[in-house]
Amino acid sequence: MTDAANHLLIAPVVLPLIAGAALMMFDERRHTLKAMINAVSTLLMLVLAVHLLTLADRGAADGGAMTGVYLLGNWPAPFGIVLVLDRLSALMLVLAGLLAVAALVFALARWHRGGPHFHTLFQFLLMGVNGAVLTGDLFNLFVFFEVMLAASYGLALHGSGPARVKAGLHYIAINLAASSLFLIGVALIYGTTGTLNMADLAARIPEVPEADRMLLHAGAALLGIAFLVKAGMWPLCFWLPTTYTAAAAPVAAVFAILSKVGIYILLRLSLLLFGATAGASSGFGASWLFVGGLLTLAFGAIGMLSSQSMGRLAGFSIITSSGTLIAAIGLSNAGVTSGALFYMVSSTLTVSAFFLLIELIERAQDPSMDELAAFTAPDEDADAETEDEVGVVIPGTLAVLGICFAGCGLLLAGLPPLSGFVGKLALLSAMLSPIGAEPESTVPGSTWLFFALLILSGLAAMIAMVRAGIRTFWAPAEGPAVPRVRLIEIMPVAFLLVLCVGMSIQGGALMRYMDATAQSLHAPSAYIENVLEAPRVERTKAEEAAP
Amino acid sequence: MELMLAIGIGVLIGSGVWLLLRTRTFQVIIGLSLIAYGVNLFIFSMGRLKTNAAPILEAGAVDPSRYADPIPQALVLTAIVIGFATTALFLVVLLASRGLTGSDHVDGTESK
Repeated sequence: MTDAANHLLIAPVVLPLIAGAALMMFDERRHTLKAMINAVSTLLMLVLAVHLLTLADRGAADGGAMTGVYLLGNWPAPFGIVLVLDRLSALMLVLAGLLAVAALVFALARWHRGGPHFHTLFQFLLMGVNGAVLTGDLFNLFVFFEVMLAASYGLALHGSGPARVKAGLHYIAINLAASSLFLIGVALIYGTTGTLNMADLAARIPEVPEADRMLLHAGAALLGIAFLVKAGMWPLCFWLPTTYTAAAAPVAAVFAILSKVGIYILLRLSLLLFGATAGASSGFGASWLFVGGLLTLAFGAIGMLSSQSMGRLAGFSIITSSGTLIAAIGLSNAGVTSGALFYMVSSTLTVSAFFLLIELIERAQDPSMDELAAFTAPDEDADAETEDEVGVVIPGTLAVLGICFAGCGLLLAGLPPLSGFVGKLALLSAMLSPIGAEPESTVPGSTWLFFALLILSGLAAMIAMVRAGIRTFWAPAEGPAVPRVRLIEIMPVAFLLVLCVGMSIQGGALMRYMDATAQSLHAPSAYIENVLEAPRVERTKAEEAAP
Repeated sequence: MELMLAIGIGVLIGSGVWLLLRTRTFQVIIGLSLIAYGVNLFIFSMGRLKTNAAPILEAGAVDPSRYADPIPQALVLTAIVIGFATTALFLVVLLASRGLTGSDHVDGTESK
């Protein structure tokens, strides 16, 4: 990578920081200007993420550096903090960018006026997410994690109201407790290994003395619990459906990435620190993750069946997808990981679209529930013209909503022809013929259990979605209530669903990328080497001469 | 000194967890603060306990065993700042909840 390209690595953190800070300078009444700044910054971030993805992917193809490393302050790796870009972090950046664009466009219709500082918090949330997936240092991860959480506390309360404040109170309390566990874990790991750089840790863990190994494992387990709270593993997930249901629709849509950040870190750390090269610590926690994942999957499926409202259904579908991913990480096989990555992208886009769609559908059912109507009412009376400028009300609303709902249902249940099916198929086939296994070897019973649970959870999702669909679109006696939906509100939903359709059309190319990602995750030596031997930027003669 | 510190951390975290599980929001926030103090002390102790040792090296030949580890101190400083900010944020939500529901129960209503 060239010098300029290398500096691009920190841009996904700096850009939202500057945009978020700039947004604080303006009064809430200038919401058009604030919306513009936010939109420009978010779009730029998506473009940047796509560019970084091509960089991360191309780097490996021509045999060059596979991992982009950015030394903050030009300190060499184990001493300073590093940002690391590889295929996995680039994938997460793009995913976050896509969700952010969709959620923001949806919010611009009216939700962004539902409370103060929406745009600022939105940018800071993205900064936290981008930083957490880019950093190569455990303590720096804590800092970005807290930035992300602090912004999410604010966003969870966006729009206010007793339900949100109550859910927010529980959400904040559990995350503060989890952050304490995170710190204890980090401290224990530092106490036993003397380093916090992830690549350096991976190099040192095989050499930890036997007496300290127990402490190291305790630290790693505590750290894992903090991320499992975020990812929503049973029994740490009871806060999740309530918080996500209570949150405003665009906020819930972008929150879909938060639980995936937890998954990302679990995937990264368990394969980097406790992978095949970790000596006596190799495979630590894998069986716990597998069992926990299965329990989560079962809990999520039962939760979906028992959900009376669509919001809770969507919340439980996040838990189901987390369960699938956690169990897949627990299997620790490159083929399964690659399928899981595809499934992760597909399910995140789906749930995000579903959260947006739910708000549009439920808006009509009970006008008194439409809390924002009261909020924007004086505005609408005063300037009906601006109302029209925002977007035309689409015709055939119910047909469009119905099609989108059916799309979400197919994706959640994992039925063909959409990408939910491709992801599950890749997972299931990799489970039956794992990479590196003997051709004659039998598949263990635990894998069959995962196999069965995955299919059953798809069935549960389908039953739940069909029931919710019939109740909403067909059952009402005097015909279903038609919501007022603007073009700008249905567009992001359609955008996310079209992306899922695109994912199944371009399945081959995407699976190649996921395969390459999984391969490099399961062979972390290149990552470690790249980080620890990253060259410092040499000072030029002129700089040295200057005082 | 190690024993004293260990007991101190244990008492702080133990009382913190007990308060965290109580039903009043004020008890919860005090519990979280106590846990944060315990955690900060714990991070500090991971740099090994030393008295009369500076964390900054001097020029010339250096015997590292005579110096304190500076990294946990830097970590604690960061953790304190972040903990302070999030506790303040939680306090605001707590007050909002009290104002909206008229109750300081964590669920917004008294359990029957």
